[in-house]
Amino acid sequence: MILQGLAFYLFASITVAAGVMVVTSRNPVHSVLFLILAFFNAAGLFVLMGAEFLAMILVVVYVGAVAVLFLFVVMMLDINFVQMREGFLQYLPLGAMIGLILLVELVLIGGAWVVSPEAGGLAAVPAVPAGELHNTRAIGNVLYTDYVYLFQAAGLILLVAMIGAIVLTLRQRAGVRRQSIAEQTARTRAEAVEVKEVSTGSGV
Amino acid sequence: MLEIGLGHYLTVAAILFTLGIFGIFLNRKNVIIILMSIELMLLAVNINFVAFSTHLQDLVGQIFAMFVLTVAAAEAAIGLAILVVYFRNRGSIEVEDINMMKG
Repeated sequence: MILQGLAFYLFASITVAAGVMVVTSRNPVHSVLFLILAFFNAAGLFVLMGAEFLAMILVVVYVGAVAVLFLFVVMMLDINFVQMREGFLQYLPLGAMIGLILLVELVLIGGAWVVSPEAGGLAAVPAVPAGELHNTRAIGNVLYTDYVYLFQAAGLILLVAMIGAIVLTLRQRAGVRRQSIAEQTARTRAEAVEVKEVSTGSGV
Repeated sequence: MLEIGLGHYLTVAAILFTLGIFGIFLNRKNVIIILMSIELMLLAVNINFVAFSTHLQDLVGQIFAMFVLTVAAAEAAIGLAILVVYFRNRGSIEVEDINMMKG
């Protein structure tokens, strides 16, 4: 129990600290790297809560795909980030005030709110005890049966996002010479080779 | 103190969500950091979902968190693609420069 508590405080504090660094760091590349740190520690929190599958998905999807995508874009665009930070201090009080108000509101809600005793019996898909079925298999049992249509819809969303991203960023640049394999293989001997009669001693 | 319950996880999620909003206000010029702040907020929402899923012994929370993850990935991909196209056209990604549709 003590180990679990210590692990929670470790993961939670690193997640929050990394989150602070994401929004305040000077260099966007550092921001992305701190975002990756935050995701890793959030995955640790998920493991502590018993959601191992989601923890692994978080690492694979967020760290492996989304964060690397951010890193690509940050490094690809040639942007003057120093100039972009102008007005940082000007927005600080307003942002801090709104953030503080929101946090106080959330804490007030959390402090005054209790889980109804009957809530435990209302579970749509009651979780099985960890000993009988591990988390991944339990999710699979539900996801591919009761929620299969939503699962397909999620796949469609990803497909649309993929096609959209490709369509948006694809461009045909003029003056770029590309290899055309069809053209290459369609050449005949007549248009590729020319036989010249060379008379001896005079050169071509 | 070392007994970790629902409240602890909800507190972490609340702090992360607030940080996301704070980041949007703090980096009002930089679209990339705003997108990252949105990712932080979605992460906070996911922590909430999983915390309640564990607390109420209901798997639906984890499944919903997975869908949130899917939508977040799609959103990041499309957002960054739009950003790249915008940068090609205008040579800048400052929020204040995004006013081409203004009458």
